[in-house]
Amino acid sequence: MSHHIVEVKNLNHTYPDGTVALRDVSFRIVHGESVAIIGANGAGKSTLLQHLNGYLAPTGGEVRIGDFPLTKATLPEIRRAVGMVFQDPDDQLFMPTVHDDVAFGPLNLGLPEQEVERRVREALDQVGAAHLADKPPYHLSGGEKKRVAIATVLSMSPTILVMDEPTSGLDPYARRRLMSLLRDFHHTKIFTSHDLDMVMDLCDRTIVLHQGEVRADGPTMEIFRDEDLLVGCRLEKPLSMQGCPLCGRVKSEVDGRR
Amino acid sequence: MSNIDKSFRDFRLLDRLAFGETAVHRLDPRAKVLVTLLYIVTVVSFGKYDLSALFPYFIFPAVMISVGGLPAGFVIRKVLLLAPFVLMIGIFNPVFDREVLVRLGPVGISGGWISCASIVVRTMLTLGAALILVGVTGFPAICGALERMGMPRVLAVQLLFLYRYIFVLTEEGARASRARELRAFGKGLGMKTFASLVGHLLLRTWQRAERIHMAMLARGFVGEFHARREFRFGARELLFLFGWSALFISLRFWNLSRMLGDALTGIVS
Repeated sequence: MSHHIVEVKNLNHTYPDGTVALRDVSFRIVHGESVAIIGANGAGKSTLLQHLNGYLAPTGGEVRIGDFPLTKATLPEIRRAVGMVFQDPDDQLFMPTVHDDVAFGPLNLGLPEQEVERRVREALDQVGAAHLADKPPYHLSGGEKKRVAIATVLSMSPTILVMDEPTSGLDPYARRRLMSLLRDFHHTKIFTSHDLDMVMDLCDRTIVLHQGEVRADGPTMEIFRDEDLLVGCRLEKPLSMQGCPLCGRVKSEVDGRR
Repeated sequence: MSNIDKSFRDFRLLDRLAFGETAVHRLDPRAKVLVTLLYIVTVVSFGKYDLSALFPYFIFPAVMISVGGLPAGFVIRKVLLLAPFVLMIGIFNPVFDREVLVRLGPVGISGGWISCASIVVRTMLTLGAALILVGVTGFPAICGALERMGMPRVLAVQLLFLYRYIFVLTEEGARASRARELRAFGKGLGMKTFASLVGHLLLRTWQRAERIHMAMLARGFVGEFHARREFRFGARELLFLFGWSALFISLRFWNLSRMLGDALTGIVS
């Protein structure tokens, strides 16, 4: 299905104050791919994400989602197809209860009431948050908020899932749970993250941004082995690829020898 | 712990109370809003020297607190917190109004003292009723009820957003104030730091509003809210509404305290 394709061609973005955030960014992500966008703070990751559902308009270049170029006329269709989960769930959960929040998207799509109910239930079940339905968002823990935020997007059945820093601010257990949840989605997935171990676990492909430019784009493992590239972009190898602090051996080597 | 922290926790507690499962909680919010409104109007409508007639009105908060399972101490504490401000309103009445209205043996009580006490009692009653309404209904449900009764939707949505983000804002404010306190070493550089602290909060709120708007757009928001709430105004609501209304109105016309007093003195003499 060509529905799930994200294509960015020579994308440029300059903020009104003159800051150049993106320079000639191009990539093509196809159906079912799981892609990480990594880079140091201020590399342009968030700016890039905000183009994918048309919140920011490019100052140059083009974004295509599925068969549509991103224009004013195609915005509603594109916003339905691209489910975007924000970094701070407090920005995303604005309705009085979790249920109302998950129903917000489907109601805006104009779906009939029964269909809305069904989708809300399914989305909450999928993230394991059915028991939270009647709670107000401000009484949830960080991990619960994050999962509910994902449900608010799933209820619109998007074909592409975009997440800004999915694991930030979560405790190790909540992080693991979220990761296994994300692994089960068969959408096209795009993440930005500083959690490079998560990237290694979930994403086959990685795009490295540095000062608004695509510095590298390829298989995740290849990119993480390229030490010069990582250092040049103010990044580091994921911890699980670094040597053991006690014996100096590397986990992937040990795994390989077995 | 700073005061902001503490009032924030109290606020959360009040919000949690609305999740109770008592008979009062289960009533349609509209019935509760109407009864509380009528209660406030009747209490406020009394004349300036009416004091004894107000006391029977304590029955409404008392019944609501006990049936609704609210912590009485908490409600009383919240109301008392405002008592000094209320006292300020009435404090000059005794100075200007010295005409003696009531004689208790040798002591003459002037009209000023009575009207001052009346103001305080009235505020306690109305404030208490409003707090109890929030405690047994929850703010979002009150907004929903007001909207169903004709309040413009834009206003209802604004109130809901205000309520939703007051939690986030107070948390941010509490964090900033804690950070200031920890580096203030008892000095704190006065009002100037507070001005910049509040300014920062405002800017951050602005940015957050932008992000929320973005999140709403991302989920297909086109300027219309589709609220989905069940309301059922049945026999229990009618009974609740008319029972209390009848009581409030009859207490408005017959002074129960005086009748009781007269009856008692009649028996004694």
